Amino acid sequence: MADPTPDFLSGYRNAKLVKTVLAEIRQTVTQPWTLMEICGGQTHAIMQYGLDQLLPDEIELVHGPGCPVCVTSLELIDQALMIAQQPEVIFTSFGDMLRVPGSTADLFSIRAAGGDVRVVYAPLDAVKIAAQNPEKQVVFFAIGFETTAPANAMAVIQAEKLGLKNFSILPANVLVPPAMHAILSSPQNRIQGFLAAGHVCAVMGYWEYPSIAEKYQTPMAVTGFEPLDLVNGILETVKMLEEGRVAVENAYSRVVTFEGNKVAQQMIAKVFQPVDRNWRGIGTIPLSGYGLTETYEPFDATQRFNTGEIRTEESKICIAGQVLQGIKKPSQCPAFGTLCNPQTPLGAPMVSSEGACAAYYRYGRKSS
Amino acid sequence: MTGKTFEPITMQGPVCPVPHHHTDTVVIGHGSGGTMTQDLIRNIFQSRLGNAYLEQGNDAARIAIQGSAGELAVSTDSHVVFPLFFPGGDIGRLAICGTVNDVAMLGAKPAFLTAGFILEEGLPMETLTRVIESMAAACEEAGVQIVAGDTKVVEKGKADGIFINTAGFGLIPPGRDLGGQLAQPGDVVLISGTLGDHGIAVLQARGDLGFESGIQSDAAPLNKMIAALLEAIPRVHVLRDPTRGGLATTLKEIACQSQVSIHLEEESIPIRPEVRTACDMLGFDPLYLANEGKLIVVLPEENANQALEILRQNPYGAMATRIGSVSAADPEQVLLHTPYGTTRILDMLSGEILPRIC
Repeated sequence: MADPTPDFLSGYRNAKLVKTVLAEIRQTVTQPWTLMEICGGQTHAIMQYGLDQLLPDEIELVHGPGCPVCVTSLELIDQALMIAQQPEVIFTSFGDMLRVPGSTADLFSIRAAGGDVRVVYAPLDAVKIAAQNPEKQVVFFAIGFETTAPANAMAVIQAEKLGLKNFSILPANVLVPPAMHAILSSPQNRIQGFLAAGHVCAVMGYWEYPSIAEKYQTPMAVTGFEPLDLVNGILETVKMLEEGRVAVENAYSRVVTFEGNKVAQQMIAKVFQPVDRNWRGIGTIPLSGYGLTETYEPFDATQRFNTGEIRTEESKICIAGQVLQGIKKPSQCPAFGTLCNPQTPLGAPMVSSEGACAAYYRYGRKSS
Repeated sequence: MTGKTFEPITMQGPVCPVPHHHTDTVVIGHGSGGTMTQDLIRNIFQSRLGNAYLEQGNDAARIAIQGSAGELAVSTDSHVVFPLFFPGGDIGRLAICGTVNDVAMLGAKPAFLTAGFILEEGLPMETLTRVIESMAAACEEAGVQIVAGDTKVVEKGKADGIFINTAGFGLIPPGRDLGGQLAQPGDVVLISGTLGDHGIAVLQARGDLGFESGIQSDAAPLNKMIAALLEAIPRVHVLRDPTRGGLATTLKEIACQSQVSIHLEEESIPIRPEVRTACDMLGFDPLYLANEGKLIVVLPEENANQALEILRQNPYGAMATRIGSVSAADPEQVLLHTPYGTTRILDMLSGEILPRIC
């Protein structure tokens, strides 16, 4: 059978080209470097293709907090579960959120107990459900980084346009640059270079990044998700590190521009404003999430439903916190693969297929 | 947004919620065909109903008949699919093919089926007729007859249109020994065609993916192709159909049953470009998607080319290809060798396949 890779991607999955870039990385590197790929999609691809096995020993990749499912706080998940239990509610969410455990349940158990929990592929599908079910309250769990923010904003704008009084969102979007600040300013920081998340930058551009790179003297390369994109991003970052140069290079220029998608940014700015947000495993990061602007507050599910006070009880074994900050590898966790596996996740990084622990488990990283 | 100065943050210690094992109630993942299903079978069913036949752990049970040289292969399968009709098939065709194939995987000649129907009040008679006509056509194609049946009707909302259970019976000729426990080091692994077609076709037929393609389900009775294969090559060790849980889960089962490792060459695994693209968009792995008309063959290497020729003569095996081999090292592992020279471990599907967020 012919190469099953779609034509438009075949070049970016070409093993020969990938190996050429890897050889260049090997020629460039002279000392150990610790890089972080910020995005869970990148972690997933690195594991899927086994790219970490091909890098020279000097280069260590640590996996950043870029999996929205993993960093969504327990409070938000418990709020989601509480709302989803209401008899008048149709609760809609991206699929992998269903398995994330809250304090006492997950969305799967809510569904098994009779709650109307539905997987949607796009936020606008939730708006459609609201229009079709006027007697129900339809809530969308608006998680994700800047990547999903335009679509989440669009859903709110569309609901307003349609005059839907039965649609709201549980705002849970998180932002990459504040997380980079948090990681780089931490006393435990080990990160010397960043692979910036290509799809976040496709929306937001990377104009915010040079000041971060400068402040923390940490070079970055905007990086895509195919094998060739990833090794190119690593090469660009290693080159800067070896040259002692601090800059932000765009290694994903077929998708990302410096300014980003202006229309999408305007839409986000219309609906959302930065608010402080609690990240699972990291803590509260100032102005690191999107809340609704005053105009769109009526679409805030936390206002519409009395979500109440929620207490957090955490497992003592799981090291999700250190994993999400890149301090530890998933395989260094005593629970990894034994007590904690994708079926009975102890921590969110094991839940989502974008989570670092799940990627390690799925792609067989027993130890490192 | 960048106006605010960021103070160094003291990071939290370990945070992680307590696990939810889903031992109190049945959740959707228990029907995924992966480890949750296996746990359910082991903990609830086998501990109470277990016997030597169930413990064989194959697609069908193998039962000796007094006074006969051959043995009986028995299998049963319930079919619940939404929507009832999808490109390339429908619930009726699935109900016949699934059971026929399970019986045929032991090398038996499927002959008789039973069919039980659970119908939801309000189901249009025209819909039911179409499903039954499709079952009739599939029976004729497979050369089997439905010899007993049952019908129950439940109140509206208590079922989803129509659920069908079928059981299948066939004779295993004397001396024929096939099963997941019989893979041998040195064997090769063949697949009869492209993977993931059924999974994507059904998902797409639900209409909420937001894109369209021409992907058709592969639902097909494989018994005639299998009969031709076994007639020419009686030394086949394992036949399996990679249904729920996909190729990866099925091979993992074989590796565990036979205490061997299975090595796959990623580049040789046939996947349609449109299935690959749909998987890329949704964050699925085609190796875990369901197939309803594909055959895994494990057999000695010297018979591999002849087997491929025979499979390719059948329309359901036109794309048959060699995808891997069996080894004694690393028992119970399924290892995928990528074109980049790296290796990754394929595990069983755990729970329900979920689309990824971005």
